[in-house]
Amino acid sequence: MDNLLSIVTFTPMIAAAILALFLRGDDAAAQRNAKWLALGATTFTFIVSLFVLSGFDAADPGFQLVEERDWFLGLKYKMGVDGISVLFVMLTTFLMPLVIASCWDVTTRVKDYMVAFLVLESLMIGVFCALDMILFYLFFEAGLIPMFLIIGIWGGANRIYASFKFFLYTLLGSVLMLVAMIAMYLDAGTTDIPTLLAHQFSYAPLSVLGLDVVGGAQTLLWLAFFASFAVKMPMWPVHTWLPDAHVQAPTAGSVVLAAILLKMGGYGFLRFSLPMFPVGSEVMGPLVLWLSAIAIVYTSLVAMMQEDMKKLIAYSSVAHMGFVTMGIFAANQQGIDGAIFQMISHGFVSGALFLCVGVIYDRMHTREIAAYGGLVNRMPAYALVFMLFTLANVGLPGTSGFVGEFLTLMGVFQVNTWVAFVATTGVIFSACYALWLYRRVVFGDLIKESLRSITDMTGRERVIFAPLVVATILLGVYPSLITDIIGPSVANLVETYDVATSDLVLDRAVADAGH
Amino acid sequence: MSADLNIILPEIVLAVYALGALLVAVYTGKDALTRPLIWLTAAVFVVVAFWIGVSSEVGTGFTAMIVKDGFSRFAEVTILLSAAIVLVLSQDYMARFGLSKFEYPLLITLAVIGMMVMVSAGNLLTLYMGLELQSLSMYVVASMRRDNVKSTEAGLKYFVLGALSSGLLLYGISLTYGYAGSTEFAAVILAASGEVPLGLLFGLVFMLAGLAFKVSAAPFHMWTPDVYEGAPTPVTTFMATAPKVAAICMFARVTHDAFGNVVEDWQQIIALLSVLSMFVGAIAAIGQRDIKRLMAYSSIAHMGYALMGLAAGTVGGVEAMLLYMAIYVVMNIGTFAFILTMTRDGLETTDIMSLNRLSEARPGAALALLLLMFSLAGIPPTLGFFAKYAVLQAAVDAGLVWLAVLGVIASVIGAFYYLRIVYYMYFGETEAPLDNDVPVVQMVALAASGILMLALFPNLLGLEPAAAAAAAALVR
Repeated sequence: MDNLLSIVTFTPMIAAAILALFLRGDDAAAQRNAKWLALGATTFTFIVSLFVLSGFDAADPGFQLVEERDWFLGLKYKMGVDGISVLFVMLTTFLMPLVIASCWDVTTRVKDYMVAFLVLESLMIGVFCALDMILFYLFFEAGLIPMFLIIGIWGGANRIYASFKFFLYTLLGSVLMLVAMIAMYLDAGTTDIPTLLAHQFSYAPLSVLGLDVVGGAQTLLWLAFFASFAVKMPMWPVHTWLPDAHVQAPTAGSVVLAAILLKMGGYGFLRFSLPMFPVGSEVMGPLVLWLSAIAIVYTSLVAMMQEDMKKLIAYSSVAHMGFVTMGIFAANQQGIDGAIFQMISHGFVSGALFLCVGVIYDRMHTREIAAYGGLVNRMPAYALVFMLFTLANVGLPGTSGFVGEFLTLMGVFQVNTWVAFVATTGVIFSACYALWLYRRVVFGDLIKESLRSITDMTGRERVIFAPLVVATILLGVYPSLITDIIGPSVANLVETYDVATSDLVLDRAVADAGH
Repeated sequence: MSADLNIILPEIVLAVYALGALLVAVYTGKDALTRPLIWLTAAVFVVVAFWIGVSSEVGTGFTAMIVKDGFSRFAEVTILLSAAIVLVLSQDYMARFGLSKFEYPLLITLAVIGMMVMVSAGNLLTLYMGLELQSLSMYVVASMRRDNVKSTEAGLKYFVLGALSSGLLLYGISLTYGYAGSTEFAAVILAASGEVPLGLLFGLVFMLAGLAFKVSAAPFHMWTPDVYEGAPTPVTTFMATAPKVAAICMFARVTHDAFGNVVEDWQQIIALLSVLSMFVGAIAAIGQRDIKRLMAYSSIAHMGYALMGLAAGTVGGVEAMLLYMAIYVVMNIGTFAFILTMTRDGLETTDIMSLNRLSEARPGAALALLLLMFSLAGIPPTLGFFAKYAVLQAAVDAGLVWLAVLGVIASVIGAFYYLRIVYYMYFGETEAPLDNDVPVVQMVALAASGILMLALFPNLLGLEPAAAAAAAALVR
């Protein structure tokens, strides 16, 4: 199978085209057909993606399952995965059937809704598979269109504002990256990612508008990419679009946003910033570490004060992404392993938490924390599931959340002890807001009149949560499932990074000696 | 002599056709002939376009007054094909609103001849002659709806400002003639190399100002919104497509053929025009409620991007500019094909609020328009993104990184108003829907341009190599 990755990437898109072109009408039968077709397509994609995983040789740090075709304007269509990206592909294909199943009760414009999600899935997989820089940008940016429509059409009361903010905020970050990509193309003469990884971009100091830039062109390129990925991630202080987008998006939209779309930023750092601009990363690394530490503490505190459940989880996402950026720019094996692990784990946990909110939102149509209380009395199964994911979010040992946080903290401790110290306090804060949320929603007496008749999870909801529960616990007790796959690629990345930055240290030593 | 005539045979054929058809129409059916004449004219355009496209006649005629090369071929084919499509699109509108006058297709033909002369001029005087033929025809068609104040105003404004810009251009030409001793490009380029006399630079600046009027680049854009709004919609469609291509190609001719040795002298001016156009187009469009005015500002912004390619001053820059213009024309034809069908209870409406909930009334049209809007905004994976990518790459390649950065920032601002149209179509308030009796041609044009926006075609259907060849012919 030469084009396995293309099949995985474009199957949802083809299903979307079939849905859009051939499914007519908007009656109950047509809606049911649309849902089943979407579920079938995403499940099929997941099954095919298992072949990707089985055909993947974890010991090989290079790109595998590569396919390449000519396109136009000198661009190439080139796909491939390595240890860093393959798990993100799996995460996406694994979560999408659950996402589709979770919106079974949607009744407005069902066909369009399914089309939007299927197209989005294709674009997300494409981001992780693309081995051509411009192709990557294409998938990266095109994902904005379906997400804009998902928030704008099926979102909450203030959806227009949220959809515009989401779109324009992320677009502004990305276009600077485009200019940087063009500059890289002109410097290296190719947009091929494997070739660019081997290319050394200049880091001779240069002066821009009278300012001396340490790390030269690499630092400037790094900053342009940072503008895009930091917004996407999102990092403090450019995270403000996320709470708005999350609160207004429909449940399935929030799940995709938190579980997959946010990972594109982290993936971008690992694919571009760190390996292509090691000197730039070395120069700007401390800034990122401190921004991450601030993000972890600040957004945890903000999360504590939220009255809207989705907003609370959104802020907690920003805090958890802080661990990811911190781990990445610690630039050692533990840090990066931890960052990838944290991203995968956060994909399951935050996705599940948004689904948990969705379960009670579907019943009560409010996300106000104050509107709930004592749910354990009527919804024991829900209370159990919600507890598991709350504790995973806190990072309890035995759940997947612990491994990522522990590894990133260990990684950063070797680089900057103070950052590690500040970030660790964030773990305590996260326990505060998560457990407090759980107490207010689930425990206590069921005194609210409106909650008297609330029902426990349906069979469909239990089926959706089951794989997430299994994944969270499995990764918590047996993390080598992931670290074995990412290990060789990360080791390779760290090694080239160390070589490139040791040159810098050497250069500095020479320069100092000359003074 | 016959070799000279051979060079401009396509123009002669078109001119003979226009005058012949005029005589026939005057003496026989008059306005009853409009519909067949529109179809016939479109057919003639297509045939001539193919003829020019396949014949590889290269050379100069009339002592280098006319230059036919790969560049002029690319421009002429683009102009002819877009004019043909616009004519076909407009016939239904003209019939519906009582504008079926047989002069319309013939004036368009004359304008097209003017444009073909503009893009193949080898001499400043030929260039001016072509420009005036085009402009005079356009002044008349802009005010074709004689009983309408806005249309008349549009024609008059267009005429007065067009005359002013022609004056600027002529003054520049006269200065150039005075200092270079000739109006021929081949002679001007010899005078304009190395240390350029100050008078020649003045001539260059005046000519650039006059040309900027014609491409409606800021700060010479003031006429555009009013004329776009006032002119009958088919005429607006035409103005947004073929004349823009002709004007920007003429721009490229003057800068590269006559001043190709002093790139750095005009590069800054064009870069400035480009930045101003991009930002004026992006910011001023935000407040617009009339879709024709909105498209006017949109075209100003797009001219800014095309000029960015030109500002690079390289072969790659010209290629990117040609590519940009061709894609721009497709996007505008698609969008205007829709605007031409915007009627409610038989009356024309251009308020963007009337697009509310279009996705429910006409899902297919809304989807095509969605693709066009994202393409106009330059969001991947649509064709509009590749157009922007090409000009940005040319600009960065030429060392104009600041211009590229400003360009992408303007594109984010511009994305707002394109998104707002999508917002009205998909999430707006429910309102009385637009009429649903859409002519087949409009639907086909809209659907075809929507599909083209997906950029699925290798080599962009041969557009890319054609643009590369054309650019190589112009820049030596």
